[in-house]
Amino acid sequence: MNIMDFFRKKNSSDVAKDRLKLVLVSDRANCSPEVMEMIKNDIIKVISKYLEVDAEGLDIQITQTDIDGSKGIPALYANIPIKKLKQTSE
Amino acid sequence: MSEVIVVTSGKGGVGKTTSSANVGTGLAKLDQKVVLIDTDIGLRNLDVVMGLENRIVYNLVDVVEGNCRIKQALIKDKRYPNLYLLPSAQTRDKTSVTPEQMKKLTDELREEFDYIILDCPAGIEQGFKNAIAGADRALIVTTPEVSAIRDADRIIGLLEANSMKKIDLIVNRLRPDMVKRGDMMSIDDVVDILAINLIGAVPDDEAIVISTNQGEPLVGSDTLAGKAYMNICHRILGEEVPLMDFSTENGLFAKIANLFKKN
Repeated sequence: MNIMDFFRKKNSSDVAKDRLKLVLVSDRANCSPEVMEMIKNDIIKVISKYLEVDAEGLDIQITQTDIDGSKGIPALYANIPIKKLKQTSE
Repeated sequence: MSEVIVVTSGKGGVGKTTSSANVGTGLAKLDQKVVLIDTDIGLRNLDVVMGLENRIVYNLVDVVEGNCRIKQALIKDKRYPNLYLLPSAQTRDKTSVTPEQMKKLTDELREEFDYIILDCPAGIEQGFKNAIAGADRALIVTTPEVSAIRDADRIIGLLEANSMKKIDLIVNRLRPDMVKRGDMMSIDDVVDILAINLIGAVPDDEAIVISTNQGEPLVGSDTLAGKAYMNICHRILGEEVPLMDFSTENGLFAKIANLFKKN
């Protein structure tokens, strides 16, 4: 990478590319916001059995995986902040 | 063995009709027997781009409805011995034809022609469904713009859902100068996003406007776009042709200027 690149503003073709990639992932997933909300609620329900999670801070989205060459496969990413690990009483 | 190719894009105005005309004419120049079909019922245009608008008697809907035989509706392009056009109807709408009827028509034309090129209307409704019904392969035309690429992606999804056997990409209206300064997505960017095989790139060329004005496809002429379209025709025939480097065609002055710019 050229040192000049640090000072240069991001050019418009890169902006276009990034915007397109994001919009196409959601286009391709064909998942409505309602369905995403239902998935989110169900995830909270299941996880809450075992952990105390922050339902407000939970974020799920469909993006593309970028792991060792398997680029382009859609994946459901869930970011679930854990408030407290519940003590299991065995 | 004959092949039915649909030229489609989703978005309007990216160059479907121009590409259909040039690919069809180019293949005819390469000694293939070609028929071009305008499937945009109600918005007929391929006839004017081809310069054959004054010779229309019957049209696609007449053939499908049985008002005439296929042979009667085909317009022979006098400039090339192997090139024919089946024009669309101007006073009807897309619902006048069904996908089954289109498939039957293309199957009949297979017996006579090497290549059947279908110029698809914009959109994803009935007209699109009619155009893809009988096709073996698709040429997706897009420009390096977000709207065109987004629509192309949707079209590719629909074609795959309809189990289209072969899908290739034409990147049209490329501006090498803008790509160079980072203000237009490059061919690689577009191919990377759409993830389908690239069959050719066509630069934005004034010669296209001139050729459309005159009703003479420029494929094979000594212009950038003419050469680019001819390369696409060779690739359709299965030949390996390297991609053109548009940036080298800037002339001597630009080359000298570039020498200084690099430092």
